[in-house]
Amino acid sequence: MADVITRDTAAAAMTAGRMEGPRGAKPKRSISPRNVFIYGTLLLVSIYYLLPLYVMIVTSLKGMPEIRLGNIFAPPVEITFEPWVKAWATACTGLNCDGLSRGFWNSVQITVPSVILSIAIASVNGYALANWRFKGADVFFTILIFGAFIPYQVMLYPIVILLRELGIYGTLWGLILVHTIFGMPILTLLFRNYFTTVPEELFKAARVDGAGFWGIYFKVMLPMSLPIFVVAMIIQITGIWNDFLFGVVYTKPDVYPMTVQLNNIVNSVQGVKEYNVNMAATIITGLVPLFIYFVSGKLFVRGIAAGAVKG
Amino acid sequence: MTSVSIRDLTLKFGSLEVLKSLNLDIDEGEFLVLLGPSGCGKSTLLNCIAGLLDISDGQIFIGGNNVTWSEPSERGIGMVFQSYALYPQMSVEGNLAFGLKNARMPKDEIEKRIARAAEVLQIEPLLKRKPAQLSGGQRQRVAIGRALVRDVDVFLFDEPLSNLDAKLRAELRVEIKRLHHRLKNTMIYVTHDQIEALTLADRIAIMRNGIIQQLDTPHEIYNRPVNLYVAGFMGSPGMNFIEGELSHHSEAALNFSSTKVPLGRYPFASDDRPGKAIFGIRPEHVSCGAAASDEPFSIDVEIEVVEPMGADTLVWAVLDGREFRFRVDGQSELRAGQTTRIGFDPAKASIFDAQTELRL
Amino acid sequence: MTTIPAPAATQRPIRLFRNKAAKIAAIPMILTALVVFMGGTIWTVVFSFTKSRLLPKAQFIGLDQYERLWSSSKWGIAIENMVIYGLCSLVFSLIIGFVLAALLDQKIRFENTFRTIMLYPFALSFIVTGLVWQWILNPDFGIQKVVRATGWESFSFDPLNNQEIVIYGILIAGLWQGTGLIMCLMLAGLRGIDEDIWKASRVDGIPAWKTYLFIVIPMMRPVFVTTLVIIASGIVRLYDLVVAQTSGGPGIASEVPAKYVYDAMFLSQNLGQGFAGSTMMLLAVLIVLIPWAYMEFGGRKRG
Repeated sequence: MADVITRDTAAAAMTAGRMEGPRGAKPKRSISPRNVFIYGTLLLVSIYYLLPLYVMIVTSLKGMPEIRLGNIFAPPVEITFEPWVKAWATACTGLNCDGLSRGFWNSVQITVPSVILSIAIASVNGYALANWRFKGADVFFTILIFGAFIPYQVMLYPIVILLRELGIYGTLWGLILVHTIFGMPILTLLFRNYFTTVPEELFKAARVDGAGFWGIYFKVMLPMSLPIFVVAMIIQITGIWNDFLFGVVYTKPDVYPMTVQLNNIVNSVQGVKEYNVNMAATIITGLVPLFIYFVSGKLFVRGIAAGAVKG
Repeated sequence: MTSVSIRDLTLKFGSLEVLKSLNLDIDEGEFLVLLGPSGCGKSTLLNCIAGLLDISDGQIFIGGNNVTWSEPSERGIGMVFQSYALYPQMSVEGNLAFGLKNARMPKDEIEKRIARAAEVLQIEPLLKRKPAQLSGGQRQRVAIGRALVRDVDVFLFDEPLSNLDAKLRAELRVEIKRLHHRLKNTMIYVTHDQIEALTLADRIAIMRNGIIQQLDTPHEIYNRPVNLYVAGFMGSPGMNFIEGELSHHSEAALNFSSTKVPLGRYPFASDDRPGKAIFGIRPEHVSCGAAASDEPFSIDVEIEVVEPMGADTLVWAVLDGREFRFRVDGQSELRAGQTTRIGFDPAKASIFDAQTELRL
Repeated sequence: MTTIPAPAATQRPIRLFRNKAAKIAAIPMILTALVVFMGGTIWTVVFSFTKSRLLPKAQFIGLDQYERLWSSSKWGIAIENMVIYGLCSLVFSLIIGFVLAALLDQKIRFENTFRTIMLYPFALSFIVTGLVWQWILNPDFGIQKVVRATGWESFSFDPLNNQEIVIYGILIAGLWQGTGLIMCLMLAGLRGIDEDIWKASRVDGIPAWKTYLFIVIPMMRPVFVTTLVIIASGIVRLYDLVVAQTSGGPGIASEVPAKYVYDAMFLSQNLGQGFAGSTMMLLAVLIVLIPWAYMEFGGRKRG
């Protein structure tokens, strides 16, 4: 027993004898009503969330006969990867029959430059707003932010005209430009908020050392902001890859991104529907953002919180 | 009659033992302070008494009832938190009434209690305001009021003054003491501030690493610390420590670097005379200059630093290669580099076994 | 939330070339803001008063397009769907999101696993979501068939082919995708609540549900407002999900404004209607946005 020096050791000894009643840790059953409620609810909810993924995978691995006769929730009796091959290489989208692969590469060609461009521009913008105030900067910024809230529909046609004038309507570069433009509000906000948390002393010290706008950007700001760049990349890759509206408005069929192709494969097929191929196509389209999600973990949450908390 | 009793209280987080088999008896109407540095377990102990933490072993009795497994609201306690934790969206009146309404107390009873608490704490004009509109001191009083309306025997305070600036802290300290005189409830108060402990407590329990080092009145703790840790913890500036060897010929003495301090006047607790010991004397018990020669023991020391603080001057000297601090009058003309004579009476000292660190 | 800082102090025109590099670097932002956002919006609104069909035509016909719009049954259904979807989406998202967040906040094991499971739908495209739920709700192969196969022959669950309730089928998919995000935001809000508040309410004897209802939720007002704005802005944009899940069907029963606009502009060669429709959508958003912006920024910046 550990050391204690009390004033009334006698009294202590007297009451020490009285050991009746509950003692020690409160009995805690793991199967308490509270736990049942919490874990039970969470489990049920998890089923709701996981069900579609499960169904997607399971359906994509079955042959059509099995699907027709069987139960949508039953695992495949015979696993076949044929639907996947078909979805990738030979599925028809009304006009051509070379599967999702074309859409995949289109999406890649759209996403990569868009991400690079939008992040490059937005980070410089955010940096300029955070550290180099100039007249009117905040007015333009406010307009930019409101642009993020405005329904895109109201700007759709003017942009069509703009792209036609520039000669890039219907091409990959047209779409890249659109994504860059619409990526700016959120990303600029993200970078601006981040750069304002960089201690001003760093910035001042660099200026005293004679560095200018670009010098400070490349030598001071950039090296410190790797996490926020990763977050920005996550937001952009996910957003651009998953986009449909811009894809369907600003491209011609041979440069359709994957999402548009997917919709065509599933919804515009006449005749016999091949559900397994459809599901395989759906999974393939979802793979890239899902992969990023599972790999980036906490950064993803941070990204959506940052992107979602506007203003 | 004891108001709060703790028997063999043990708390483990996983394999880490945070509170180690504590025993504590608090009398009715007593103001007990749990004092210690961060991490010593004082807040944890308070939360266990409150019922906010489940203990691993032991028992807790409040007002004679075994409350070890009871919910906080059933233990007859009221609690005041460091951040006050007032419900922000309710008025002061709402804050005081919320718990009572939940217990389905009749409306006039609620009003009576609120009126009484408001009168005692002088918060009548604040009843309709929201917490955000109150000052720190006012919020604290409302927090106490919330505990007061519960009409309980035991009040628990978890570092309520730590968030305040020094001046406010001093004012509210006095108010808490006045409150205790008026209400005469048992109060258990957690703090890391020795001044609060010394001024408010009937008894202080100094804690370290989950163990109560000493449970005694402030006077005893300050003048007769039971081990080296308590001695070093209390007092500002802290106690001076000299290492040496105990010799016992005709009379006990401490030997260090060819100096011998006669310890005949020191009240040893037993006949144990271990070899190595640590001798402690508080700065305010050290005389300087002419007065030093009148003391039972005196020695010359070299002054390193002089800190004039207005009313006093704190002098840092070197004795036996270690720092030795003592106080002189603010008007003193001592300078760094000078040698001066200091002296003290071993009866006022505290001597500890160098190995066990316990008081001899 | 960060507030947008006040504009810099006024500078004389001579100083136009100060901070030159910064200004040049900001040109893309300025161009975008002015030309695309402001310019594009104004252009569309202006041309909604014209008789544009296949191509924009500057022939002004007053409010004719709007009269046509509001007398169109397709638009009427679209608006009705948006309102139903919007209200249900708001209410259910908030409730489900909050309840799930409260459950996850209980210091349970596997918290990260549960959160990962609830949030992954957010990473998917609306097209993917729409297609997979179209499959699950398929009457011949999906839920209806499975339940009937267990013996309950008369079970009927075919929302996507039922004009009255097709919007609810879309709602199920929409909630599946979006509630994970709401839950994350609510959880962050819950974690921001001072732990001492919980302790105080325990000492006062307040049961957990009352603490949530009367103390915690009022304290989380900012989070609720943010979430509301996010959900609201998503409702007006509802498009991809409908296209994938039902293509607006059966018939036109699941039309939504965004789809009406796209179809008018690019499929039925009726630009004027498209412009009018999108202007109405803009109006709907502004009705929500402007009061909110005024509340948040206290009238300092005009919305």
